[in-house]
Formats: sequence, structure tokens, C-alpha cells
Amino acid sequence: MNILKLSTKNLLRNKLTTFLNIILVAFGVAILSILFLASTQIGNKLERNARDIDLVVGAKGSPLQLILSSIYHIDFPTGNIPAKDALELMQNPMVKRAVPLALGDNYEGHRIVGTDSGFVSLYDLKLGNGKFWAKDLEATIGSTVAAESKLKIGDKFFGAHGLSDASDEHKQHAYTVSGILQPQGNVTDNLILTNIGSVYKMHEPEHDENEKHHEEINNKEITSILIQYRSPMSVVIFPRMVNQSTNMQAASPAMESARLFSLIGVGIETLKWFAILIMAISALSVFISLYNAMKEKKYDLAVMRCLGASKPKLFFLVMIEGLLITVSGAILGLLLGHLALQIIGFYQESSQARLTGLYFVADELYLIIAGLVIGVVASIIPALQTYRVDIARTLSKDK
Amino acid sequence: MISIQSITKKYNHGPTLTFPDWIIQDEEQWLLLGASGSGKSTLLNIISGLLKPDSGEIKINGTDIYSLPLKDMDRFRGQSIGIVFQKPHLIKSLDIFDNIALASSLAGLKINKSRVMTLLESLGLAEKRKNFPDELSQGQLQRVSIARALINNPSLLIADEPTSSLDDENAENVISILTEQAAGNHASLVIATHDKRVRNRVSKEYLL
Repeated sequence: MNILKLSTKNLLRNKLTTFLNIILVAFGVAILSILFLASTQIGNKLERNARDIDLVVGAKGSPLQLILSSIYHIDFPTGNIPAKDALELMQNPMVKRAVPLALGDNYEGHRIVGTDSGFVSLYDLKLGNGKFWAKDLEATIGSTVAAESKLKIGDKFFGAHGLSDASDEHKQHAYTVSGILQPQGNVTDNLILTNIGSVYKMHEPEHDENEKHHEEINNKEITSILIQYRSPMSVVIFPRMVNQSTNMQAASPAMESARLFSLIGVGIETLKWFAILIMAISALSVFISLYNAMKEKKYDLAVMRCLGASKPKLFFLVMIEGLLITVSGAILGLLLGHLALQIIGFYQESSQARLTGLYFVADELYLIIAGLVIGVVASIIPALQTYRVDIARTLSKDK
Repeated sequence: MISIQSITKKYNHGPTLTFPDWIIQDEEQWLLLGASGSGKSTLLNIISGLLKPDSGEIKINGTDIYSLPLKDMDRFRGQSIGIVFQKPHLIKSLDIFDNIALASSLAGLKINKSRVMTLLESLGLAEKRKNFPDELSQGQLQRVSIARALINNPSLLIADEPTSSLDDENAENVISILTEQAAGNHASLVIATHDKRVRNRVSKEYLL
């Protein structure tokens, strides 16, 4: 029988106290791990989706909203911009690559994006099956869309007006799936890509249906343009030029993501301190339980010394009890954290920013270490008491 | 053989206790008698290696126990001395079997399951092996603590006031068990007591 078994038996004897302490540690760790996991995942997603995009130009309004709608496909667009002005901007010598976007429709919650082939090279998209869209009403769908909607190549579907609900379908035109993308690990997995002409076609009045649609893009409107600069120098001049001399606004994904993070950062910080407080309370609770147990355990320890146990052995016996509680609490907390995040992800509405519990970060290792440290801190004083137990006196006392 | 020579011990606020020399041959059975306060417990603690005397030496089978390093002395005590306390002092979180087996593992010995069972059977406790200490009577607990003291085949079995909290019948039983078990396990026996019920059961007496 080793001291690990003895510690376990001691803990099992006080099931309720042990349970309470483990739960306390687990809650603190769970909250911290959810914070770690969620903020890393969100950060990664934001970064990956905006990787090659220097600037977004769209209608005036909230720059954050423009970024959210045009890059992350979460929020609603700020409005439309005249295609003529957009074209002018796209031909500016400072612009290396410009990709127009026409948003406004969805299919079962997946956004339909009207764009051109520039989008493919901007996101470095690869086909899993079929081909990219070429003609009007052909669509290439992201891998998540394909998995969730069960659409196959050649299938037809109707887009619905709006960005999330399916109440107002465009029954007169059906899209045909021409290709399915490979999983990209970014927002394009959740998008349906088509050309801008298809989006226009959807929104034209019924009687225009049979007219030819070869008009120049000039008379139309689009939602926004994604821009890559030719040189980093343009960072200063170009946005100012757009904001001052046109009726459009320019927003930088890097700046807006940073602003978004600083906005939610306060909440994350508060939660973090809350979790640390819980962990401190758990350390205190483990300490108090062990300390109180020492009064009763003094006899046990004295007897064990008589039976041949050395002082260091009894010291570790008490230490291991504390460590067993906090380490199993930490492990339980990590499991809870991942489980909670998986459940949150399952019920999340926007599939674009879905969180998953099947994701691990190195910081979680620190939480296990934190569990160890709390265990050591909470049990060192009770454990040191084992050195002070006077065996002869304890045992001859009539108790 | 246990030999005790010129032992003295002084407590902080008390007189210096001096103890007469004492030789205990193998398998001898002794009573340690004396009024309370005469130093019975002190001497027992000194013999069991729990309390270092100010002077003098105690040899158990030729080993001067207080010359051993602390850790070795703990182990030596676990292996060669079995102690029965006034109260059973069993570990509450372990069942009876484990309480006895613990004495082997703490002394650094392998657990001999059949020896545990033999001891429990000879003390009439075999069917209690899976019970916890709080499910047993005081007399049964005292017997468990005797089994625990004997598990490692000690050369010396020490009992400190083993009968003081027991009724006549149980006291009689415990003394019989102690003398029989000590003889059966080839251990010397020292019983410290001021209990008259014990005196006519053991012939050799060491008076303080």
C-alpha cells in the first residue's frame, strides 16, 4: 500500500469536502480555459480571414460594420456604393488587386457572394470538385455549405433575400452548383460564390427578366471592394483619399479587428480576474479542509510514525492529498471548458465564427501547472505540521 | 534480547527521571509497574524509539537504536517493535485488513496477505476484514491493534495500559491474547499497567 492509495482513501472518506474542493478548482480552470480557447480561436479566425486584405471600401457608416460584413460575413453591410465609383477606385495605380463584392442574399443562412475571379486568387481558393462559376446563375459553394446543405454538383437551389432567413425566396431564378471548394479553414467555407451578374439578375423587376444583361457594371451598385495595395506606402494616403474625396469609406481590417478586440477585451479581462478569484478561493478552501483535517489526523500520523513511517513520507502523504484535489480539479476543469465550448459552438447561430471544443492551446498546460501550484500552496502548511507532531505525547493523551 | 542501561530523562519543568537497568531475554514476558507519573510511558516511549533519552543506551538485539539515523530508526521500529496503545488508534479511512497491511508497508516490508488473514483468524476477526474501524466494538478494535502490532513478527511487543478502558471480561481476554500471541509469535512482551487484574497473569515485574 503506497501513500498515493492512502491519500486517495483519506479523500474518499470525506467525499463531500473533496467534491466541493475539486468543483471549485474545476470552475476556475474551466472559465480560464474557455477564455483562452475562445479568444485564441476568434483571434485566429479574424486573422486568417483578413490575411491578404489591406483595405475594404464600402458605403459610409460604421467602419467596423463594413469589416464585419465584407470580410467576416457576420454583420449586415453598410449599404451600397455606385459601381462606377468603385471601378474608378479599382483602377487607381496604388491598387494591386481589387475584388468587388455584391452581398444581399442567402441560402439556408449561407451568404451568397457575387464577385469575380479576383476573389479566387485573393483567398487562394482550391476546387475540391467541379469548376468555378463562369456564367450567370452558376455557383461554387464552400465545403461547409456543401456538407450542411447536402448540395451536389448540378443541383439547383433558390437564393433568399436577406442575409439569414429564408422567408423571401427569389423563385424566378435558380442557381446551379458548378463546383465545391476544398475546405479552406476560413470564412469561404461558409460562402456561396457566384458572379455579380447573378446577384443583379435576382434583384431586377420581373418584367426585365427577358432583357439582355450586358449593360456595363457602371449603372449598377455593389456592396464593397476588397483591396490589396501595390506598396505599403499607400496605407497612409489611400484611405484618406477615399474618405475625403469620394462618397465612400475605407476601413482597415487590421485596425478594426484591433478595435473590436479592445472593446471585448474589458469583458475578457473581467472574466479572467473572476476566474482567478475563484481559483484563489479554491486554494483557500483546500487549505482550510486540510488544516482542519490535521487536527483529527494527528493521531493517524502519530500512529503511522510508530509503525515505521518516516517524517518525509507523512509530509508527502498530506501534500499528495492537496495535489490530488487540485490536479484532478484542473483536469476536470479543462474537460468542462472544452465541453462547454463545444456546446456553445453547437448552439451558435453564425456558422462563420463557430467555436469548437476540439481545439487545444499551449496555455492549457499552464492551467495544469497552476493546479499543481495551488495544491502545493494550499497543502504546504498542513504538511509541515506533520513534522511538529509529538508522537509520544499525542498517543499517550487519552483521546 | 533487549538491554536498557543507565537511562535518564529530564523534562523541561520536572524532575530528572532515572531508570533501573533492565535486561529482557528473548520471549520473556514482563510487567512494567508504577504509579502514574512515575515515568512508565516515558520509559515505553524511550524503548520504542519515540523519545530520545538524555543519557544511557538501549540495545535491541545488539543494535543501539538511538545511534541510528532518524529514517533508519523509524524503519527499525516498524520492523522490530510492535506497539499496542491504550486506545486502538486505527486509521479510519482504511478497512481492518488494510489497517494491518499498512503496518507492513510503512515498515518497508512486503504485505503478506496470508499472514494478515492468519492473525485475523487467530483473533476471531476474519469476517470483519472488510469492515471499517467505526463499525467495530472497542474490544474488537483493541484486538485489531494487537494484530497490527504483531504483523511484522516483531522481537518486542509493547502494550501501554492495554486494559484500562476495558471491562473485566474484555481485559481478561486482551491479557490472554497478548501473552498467547507474544509467545506464539516468539516475541518478548512488556505490558505497562497499574491494573490489578493484570498482575497475577505475568510473573516478571519491573518496578518504577
